[in-house]
Amino acid sequence: MLRVLYFAKLSDELGTKGEALEWQDNFITINDVKNVLIQRGTPWDSTLEGDIMHALNHQIVQPEHRIADGDEIAFFPPVTGG
Amino acid sequence: MIKVHSQDFDIDQEYQLLRESSPQIGAIVTFTGLVREFVQGDQTNVFLEHYPEMTEKILTSIIDQAKERWDIIQASVVHRIGHLTLGEQIVFVGVNSPHRQDAFQACEFIMDFLKTEAPFWKKEITNDGEFWVEAKNSDTDAKQRW
Repeated sequence: MLRVLYFAKLSDELGTKGEALEWQDNFITINDVKNVLIQRGTPWDSTLEGDIMHALNHQIVQPEHRIADGDEIAFFPPVTGG
Repeated sequence: MIKVHSQDFDIDQEYQLLRESSPQIGAIVTFTGLVREFVQGDQTNVFLEHYPEMTEKILTSIIDQAKERWDIIQASVVHRIGHLTLGEQIVFVGVNSPHRQDAFQACEFIMDFLKTEAPFWKKEITNDGEFWVEAKNSDTDAKQRW
């Protein structure tokens, strides 16, 4: 199982703050998870194909980063604090 | 020291904590960020969301990087979340060091990385609607110089 979280504009557009996603044996990187979500169609495709940041277990990573069962993945827009 | 909360902070209190931490301190540099006029619509207030489990880890890592690069003794970051109005304090960064150059540079470094890596998002709430603030290229450029 993966814990997948969405923040700020992404969470508004997707209408959810997160979900538990069943682990699939063909998951290797964050991009694989992203592609499964994008296949849900609108609004997932337009929202996740935009300029977004990716975090794996609370660290910013590139979407090519490898993942494992039990990980927490977060998708969010470029940050705007400060 | 890292603090993330909705209530306001007292700059003097933060400054005194930095001042009292070591007799080696010869310089303290502080930065305070405020809510300013909005880009779109008539301003009412701003809402700050964050990723609680990640925020402190990222800020700790930014402070650790600053400590590796400059001769600083301590760094403090205070960041507010929730609803804020025009002119309110959002963020405080304070650094102490034996030397001013290290304190100046470390303070700017922490702020530049906070702006581009710390998981906070601002939403402007106006009479015309709510708008998530877009990230600025100038903030990314500011980080590149380090």
